[in-house]
Amino acid sequence: MPDNAIRTPLFFSLPETFDGDKWICRILILLVCVWLATVVFLPVFGLLSKSLTDADGNFAGLANFVYYFQTPALSGSLTNSLFVSGLTMLISVSLGFFYAYALTRTNIPAKGFFRGLAMMPLFAPTLLNGIALVYLFGRQGLITRGFFGTLPGWDIGLYGPVGIIISEVIFTFPQAMLILSVALRMTDARLYEASYSLGASKWRTFFTVTLPGIKYGLISAVFVCFILAFTDFGAPKVVGGNYNILATDIYKQVIGQQNFVMGAVVSVVLLIPTVIAFVADRIAQRKQVSMIAARSVPLIPEADKVKDRLFLGYCSLMAFLIIAFFATALFASLVKIWPYDLSLSLHHYNFRRMGGGGYASFFNSIRMSFYSALAGTAITFASAYLVEKTGGMRSLRQGAYFLSILPLALPGLVIGLAYIFFFNAPAWTVLGITIPNPLNFLYATMGILVLSNVVHFYTVSFLTATTALKQLDQEFETVSESMGVPFYKTFFRVTVPVCLPAILEIGMYYFVNSMATVSAVIFLYSADIPLASVAVANMDDAGDTAPACAMSVLIVLTNVLVRILYGILTKGVHKKTQAWTSAG
Amino acid sequence: MTPKAKQNKLYLKVRNVTKRFGTFTALKDVSFEAGQGEFISVLGPSGCGKTTLLRVVAGLEKQDSGQVVVEDRDVSDFPVSKRRMGIVFQSYALFPNLTARQNIAYGLKSRKVTQDEIKQRVDDLLELVGLKGMGRKYPARLSGGQQQRVALARAIALSPDLLLLDEPLSALDAKVRVMLRSEIRSLQQRLGVTAIMVTHDQEEALTMADRILVMNQGELIQNGSPYEIYDRPATPFVAAFIGSMNFISSAVKKEKGLYQIGAHLLQVSNENGSSGLKKQSSAILAIRPEDVMVLPKGGESEVNKPNVMNARVENMEYRGSVFRVKLRLSMAGNENSLIHSDIPSEKIGRLKIRETMEVPVHFPTDRLRVYSADHA
Repeated sequence: MPDNAIRTPLFFSLPETFDGDKWICRILILLVCVWLATVVFLPVFGLLSKSLTDADGNFAGLANFVYYFQTPALSGSLTNSLFVSGLTMLISVSLGFFYAYALTRTNIPAKGFFRGLAMMPLFAPTLLNGIALVYLFGRQGLITRGFFGTLPGWDIGLYGPVGIIISEVIFTFPQAMLILSVALRMTDARLYEASYSLGASKWRTFFTVTLPGIKYGLISAVFVCFILAFTDFGAPKVVGGNYNILATDIYKQVIGQQNFVMGAVVSVVLLIPTVIAFVADRIAQRKQVSMIAARSVPLIPEADKVKDRLFLGYCSLMAFLIIAFFATALFASLVKIWPYDLSLSLHHYNFRRMGGGGYASFFNSIRMSFYSALAGTAITFASAYLVEKTGGMRSLRQGAYFLSILPLALPGLVIGLAYIFFFNAPAWTVLGITIPNPLNFLYATMGILVLSNVVHFYTVSFLTATTALKQLDQEFETVSESMGVPFYKTFFRVTVPVCLPAILEIGMYYFVNSMATVSAVIFLYSADIPLASVAVANMDDAGDTAPACAMSVLIVLTNVLVRILYGILTKGVHKKTQAWTSAG
Repeated sequence: MTPKAKQNKLYLKVRNVTKRFGTFTALKDVSFEAGQGEFISVLGPSGCGKTTLLRVVAGLEKQDSGQVVVEDRDVSDFPVSKRRMGIVFQSYALFPNLTARQNIAYGLKSRKVTQDEIKQRVDDLLELVGLKGMGRKYPARLSGGQQQRVALARAIALSPDLLLLDEPLSALDAKVRVMLRSEIRSLQQRLGVTAIMVTHDQEEALTMADRILVMNQGELIQNGSPYEIYDRPATPFVAAFIGSMNFISSAVKKEKGLYQIGAHLLQVSNENGSSGLKKQSSAILAIRPEDVMVLPKGGESEVNKPNVMNARVENMEYRGSVFRVKLRLSMAGNENSLIHSDIPSEKIGRLKIRETMEVPVHFPTDRLRVYSADHA
């Protein structure tokens, strides 16, 4: 053949059987696994091994744990933690259940308002819960002093378990309410029709249809509330007084006594119940999903005047408490000198002579939250896409899925401490071989703060993305493949635009939580990069409660603003997607 | 019908394809061929492996062994993107955020084609599938049938070597379905593209295809024209799956073309499928309900015709143009003596057939099929 020379393949030309896209997918999935192993698995592993060494770094077996449990001053915190989080869980789930029931199964008016208001605590750092309580029930509190002496005072003994439990109930109530609302909404009206037609009473129907139907939602709410209360650090720091719990112990060991080993030991003690609760929750959630039939008939609540009034009363009372709570915080931040000079001024918002970094810290927090939202959304969505939509490599994808779910079981403090050990180490010694730490440069930078947030809030975002992706036609990828269009083009041209609502939601979630979180970042921020939430903790520590309160209010306002912005954006997106959906 | 000359050229060869999913064997040594421009329908119950076969041809699943050859090009190891296949999925998988026009142009964009050429091509395609002027609509604003046409246009936009259709009509209303059947068929013929369609709807397969592959449990059971498949089903499975069939079991072969059932001897003129059957071995006789002839009572033909026996009318079901009549054959020693006969309504009236009546029944010798009893 004359054109033989041209036809000879060049040494770098690929055979036609080579599937480039598949290889790109494989490499990307592998990268997802490597990334998750590096930022989740290895640091936690490092923390675990730290808890098994002595102060000099020699392997000590379970000696630290033996010491821990033989020292009542230390191990007492475990009982305390279990006690307060158990009680919080009971109260929160009960309150949340009635609230959710009112929102889903009655005809009360203004459901949107009640739902929105109940979510308020999600926008605040838990430190604020403590601070607001101080202004209500503290030594100079509004209630304790009987509204500045106009009424008989009532001292509830805030500092200690009482304060912690109230703060945690405020913190966990929205979560319980949300989970139970979902469970209550996922029901089949036909079950109720069947029950009534068989002559069952309302009460019997409640116990035989309603309760079994939300069983898994209830279990899930129980465990989620327990985990949140068990691992929260902000509120106990403010109102815990001398009542020691695990979360504050970790902080005291690490920051107060520089005892990193004991910090690691307490972290493990904190981690174990959390992981157990987490696993139980996952099992419950999986069962919940399988309970909904595709052709369920939605239940429309029947009008019942007495019932509706009762529930309206209950919701109004809860709404009043939430408003009063946040109003107190806002008022306190605006008052000149509580409780002596109640004239309003903005001077607590002038953080100039305060520790904690003032407005620099506030803007750092906004920057950090923005970066976290950007990086977190991109990473979680892309990895959810790879896990959900690429074919083959089953075990690797399952591994990536498992590693993506894992961060939900990790308390912020554990992530923070694990990151200190992992990123601060100049080198790692594995089996006697010393490897210089290539990630050491991240330590004490904005990078590690963003990273810790991305990981801390990874799972919920990942699951949101997965749910959105599951709703897309499974054959989009195949269709574009058959047309010779690489998967990444379809990803940007179809998948991302169609999933935009979920992407915005993830971004909002990341921003709001990064703004409010204190637990992970309190170990990781450096003096050059102060953060607003940490400033709240530090100012409160220094007795500057009013400025701490003011800073918290700024955080809440920012988050509410971002939430409103999100609402506007979503509306815009919705308008655009209307053209794609059948309505019209 | 597609010109025969064109079909003679072998275009697609699928050789000995086997595919397992864990311990489950989805395809067992499946081989078939398709001529240029031929329309092949793969028919079978759900789980028979028909979709897996299509996915192997498309390159969406990798076969464990066997070959797929398109126009002398062995594509067995090629990824989907290099196989030049147009695929239409059951769900259509139209991109919801792109208009009909953008959907059709989707694959063209990544080719080295100018904007004008793309526009021209999309216009042509829209016209071809009867959607002229609808290009700006989003899929959700189109009816099911229109979405189907967009999916079809998108699949043929790149002038594929093969058009693969995975249950393309199953999501549509009955009326639209019937209309689109002939549209897809004529479009395929106009383009001269070789097509493979997977379906579980026998009527769809019979009306659209040049050839039907019947599959069951991962195996290719019969490969033939719609007429062959219906008229001479290779196994009782095929016979029962396509149309309805009466089976008369516990027949015994007496000699070539002669079978005994109870006290009766039946003549069979066309024994294909059971020619290897030995004398005295047991067999199954089969006949389609429309071939079971009810004769006028006391008519002279009764005497001259072979294969006539008495039956009692057990039940009559009105179906419009025909009655489905349940007949109890008077055959001692056969438990399956209840058979169906489809009788034109006109004939029912003429012969005054009523329930509980005794009637002579005739099995035409060329309409009886014989299967070895091992098949049952």
